[in-house]
Amino acid sequence: MNGFIKNNWWKLLGVAFILYSIIAGFLIEVPDLPIIRQSIRNLFFHVVMWFSMMVMFGTSLVRSLRYLSTFDIKHDVYAIQSINVGLFFGIMGIVTGMEWANFTWGTPWTNDPQLNGAAITILAYFAYLVLRRSIDEENKRARIAAVYNVFAFVMLIVFIGILPKLSDGSLHPGKGGSPMTVTNLDITMRLVFYPAIAGWIIVGYWLTGIRVKMDKIRQHLDNPE
Amino acid sequence: MLLTEIKYLVLKDVKLEFKQRYAINGILLYVVSTIFVSYLSFAKIIDSATWNSLFWIIMLFAAVNAVSKSFVQESTSRQLYYYTVASPQAIILSKMLYNFILMGVLSLLCLLVFTSLMGEFVVNYPLFISSLLLGSFGFASALTMIAAIASRTNNNFALMAILSFPVVMPLLLTLMKVSSAALSVGTMAGNIKYLVALLMLNIVVIALSYVLFPYLWRD
Repeated sequence: MNGFIKNNWWKLLGVAFILYSIIAGFLIEVPDLPIIRQSIRNLFFHVVMWFSMMVMFGTSLVRSLRYLSTFDIKHDVYAIQSINVGLFFGIMGIVTGMEWANFTWGTPWTNDPQLNGAAITILAYFAYLVLRRSIDEENKRARIAAVYNVFAFVMLIVFIGILPKLSDGSLHPGKGGSPMTVTNLDITMRLVFYPAIAGWIIVGYWLTGIRVKMDKIRQHLDNPE
Repeated sequence: MLLTEIKYLVLKDVKLEFKQRYAINGILLYVVSTIFVSYLSFAKIIDSATWNSLFWIIMLFAAVNAVSKSFVQESTSRQLYYYTVASPQAIILSKMLYNFILMGVLSLLCLLVFTSLMGEFVVNYPLFISSLLLGSFGFASALTMIAAIASRTNNNFALMAILSFPVVMPLLLTLMKVSSAALSVGTMAGNIKYLVALLMLNIVVIALSYVLFPYLWRD
């Protein structure tokens, strides 16, 4: 029992954070802002998904760079599984965002730099998955996928980080006419927002670990030698 | 050393092109027939936004088509020979330079044919041409790297499109913004931040390719 807690305390912490963010996210008092009203609670879910996605893709970038410097196939497995988990977060981010946009802007999809950036990021990583499928040999696949991963990540960071600043007209908070930004978040909201981010990132790492183990088992079953 | 290698490799590509002449002719025919098809289907464009989008979509597809041949038109054994005599950095930079020349010629010709068939909408030519040249430069460098990646797979042509569209999208959107300004009242000074952003994007792509390409070619 002691050993279990010792080895797995961080997983329990992640689950506790998420449960806390869901329960508190629906119960706490939130500022009643125009247009957004109570839908501000989606911040605890939607924004958190994007944070977690970027962390997972960032992890994958680091793994790809480490693969290119060591050629240890272990890093490649972590890179691809981080991307799988990151894509899950990304799709959830889009779904929760469309729900929110439908409520506040009246339409699930608008021509907004932030939305386009998100969609193209997801597309680029799906392209990464297709690229992997088209190369048979393991080491070659790992190397070429790592190169594309680094290339695409840097291009997309440029895209998401710089382009929205050049174009004025995003509907997202702090960029257009919307009233709220993350920097002037209400203090009680921060108490839910930060644990939610931490919780989802921890669970993201946990999921990656499980997927890596699954991958190892599957490879072992394919060729037991 | 690197510069001499690049010089000879670019000259080799140019000579090869003049000898075979199918790549440039093929791509020119592609551009002209695409423009002609749009001319027939649109009949008349009265709106500068449509003109601009159509122009850049044609440019994008022409660029993908032109650059995708970079690493597959020569046989594997001959490529192996190049790798023994030149450094990988020289190979990727020379391909980029060659594709830039190709794209520059192609984009100017595309502009000529497009304006003559679809009507003249460009107001500020210096701004439009500079966005065109920076665009050719950006397409050439980003797509050359993607072509190098795609050439290592079993399914080169389909993957070329899938891999390149997300990566060139930032470039394309910025280009469309600058050129749409050149179609109305935009000035050079008002759009200098976009031109600088394009230039920075190009520098980032070249730096990345310089670092990453050596990992691609060796087997």
